[in-house]
Amino acid sequence: MTPAGWIIMILACGGFIGLLVWCIHKVVATPEAAEHLHAQTDIDTGDRE
Amino acid sequence: MSKREYWGTRVGAILAVTGSAVGLGNFLRFPGQAAKYGGGAFLIPYLVAFLVVGLPMAMAEWALGRWGGRRGHNSAPGIFRMLLGSRKGAYVGMIGTIMPLMIYMYYLFVEAWCLSYAWDYLTGHFGRLGADLAVIEDHFLTLVGARANGALFTPAAARMLLFLGLCFVANTFLIYRGITRGIEKFCNLAMPLLVVCALVVLGRVLTLPANPAHPEQSVVNGLGYMWNPTKPGETLWSALANPEIWLAATGQIFFSLSVGFGLILTYATYLKPNDDVALSSVTACAGNEFCEVVLGGMIAIPAAFVFLGPAVVQNPPGTFGLGFVTLPNVFNQMPLGSFFGFLFFFLLFLAAITSSLSMLQPSISLLEEGLKIGRRASVSILTFVTLAGCFFVVYFSKDFTALDTLDFWMANFFIFIFATIQSVVFAWVLGIGKGMEEIRRGAEIRLPRALPFVLKYVSPVYLLAIFALWAWKNLPERWQAIVTLPKEGPPVVLLSVVLIAAVVAFFSMIVAAANRAWDKEEPS
Repeated sequence: MTPAGWIIMILACGGFIGLLVWCIHKVVATPEAAEHLHAQTDIDTGDRE
Repeated sequence: MSKREYWGTRVGAILAVTGSAVGLGNFLRFPGQAAKYGGGAFLIPYLVAFLVVGLPMAMAEWALGRWGGRRGHNSAPGIFRMLLGSRKGAYVGMIGTIMPLMIYMYYLFVEAWCLSYAWDYLTGHFGRLGADLAVIEDHFLTLVGARANGALFTPAAARMLLFLGLCFVANTFLIYRGITRGIEKFCNLAMPLLVVCALVVLGRVLTLPANPAHPEQSVVNGLGYMWNPTKPGETLWSALANPEIWLAATGQIFFSLSVGFGLILTYATYLKPNDDVALSSVTACAGNEFCEVVLGGMIAIPAAFVFLGPAVVQNPPGTFGLGFVTLPNVFNQMPLGSFFGFLFFFLLFLAAITSSLSMLQPSISLLEEGLKIGRRASVSILTFVTLAGCFFVVYFSKDFTALDTLDFWMANFFIFIFATIQSVVFAWVLGIGKGMEEIRRGAEIRLPRALPFVLKYVSPVYLLAIFALWAWKNLPERWQAIVTLPKEGPPVVLLSVVLIAAVVAFFSMIVAAANRAWDKEEPS
């Protein structure tokens, strides 16, 4: 295995492991949004015009 | 009308989408493609495709799904009818329903192979086959009926049909239980179990001693085959100058992330109106990439290299060859090979079933929403349709012709078409402003500033360019295969296209009925 191979493997695997760990941390640490009543300005009628 | 169903938890939704994305492609197709296209060099176009198409499109698909769900639609036809403001839109969205359903028809067959292999390792039958590639290949071709059409419909080969039946019943039961009690509950168990199985197999592969007969066949050198950016006699630039590597990498990203299938779109409709989609989509993509690059990239090729040497790795067999012939040979030479073989094929089975489950949901959603029928009736109709499709694929098993034809048109051609449509509709029809607003709604992470530009210009242009290149390379040959009748035997390629046309016609009638129902609900 060449040094470039090691670098690519470590960067690719490390990058995706790091991204996954960060995501799991965010998902676990952030409480799920509670449903709340909306003000009239929040209501989306679905019109695109 | 029945009460709307939602995901029970955010983690459940993420695991279900990740389960849908993680499939056989992660553990078999990715390493084969990477080894074929230069190992580490393949990672460069792969990462580019991930960043400019895969991840942004996944976010857009999650956002579009939740947008549709908020307006009472759970099916791609309903969402596209609303997005395009026309009844014709429902027929465009129909692609996102037909594609996963037809993929299910052959995917289930492959899922049954995995279950059969896992069972054979568990009972010690496979270990007795020894380490002769020819013997294992013969076993595989006989097991799956690849030598003759109808080969599986004989008493001697009926064992395969039993495993297929088990897979069919398991999928039907789980899909019948519904989003929360069926899919979510199962994925909450299956996904962690899959990762544990993969980590155990990975641990075994990384601690393999070098082959005593060929000391150069070590795990480190096997990893080199997988990850070195250049091969002897080749530079990085010459590898990247080959358009095929870009095509293969983009195709792998699509196939792997389940982007453009209509699956994420459907799953996301079951989110609550203000549930986050930004963090959830990135997490699902990260989970898929972990399984693909970290687990998939370090198991198959290094293990094959240690036991079988560079000749096999330099010319990796196709996905089926690598998974069902080469790797069993590797496990049969490994200490405690039956145990690790069982774990590997059981994890493949889990990966397959979490994917196949998601393939039925888009059709169920359309039937429930469009025909106003309950889950039991929807599942019954789908059972009939998928049984007929599975029978076709299993009967015409010779050389996998039916399977390959359906795979080409559904998982290659239509996926590009539907992904491109989704990309254009999100950025240009809904509008990038509204689209970004939708992604930001409830977002629990900050989004990159470049995302609107990437979604509006880069993703559609990249997709169109790759599709044009792919079509130019593949379509003439595939068209010839349809119109050229074989000298002997039935014209399986043509019949497969007829099957696709029949399913399209059937779903067109359902969409027409759904359109009439929606017309009544949404009077102009």
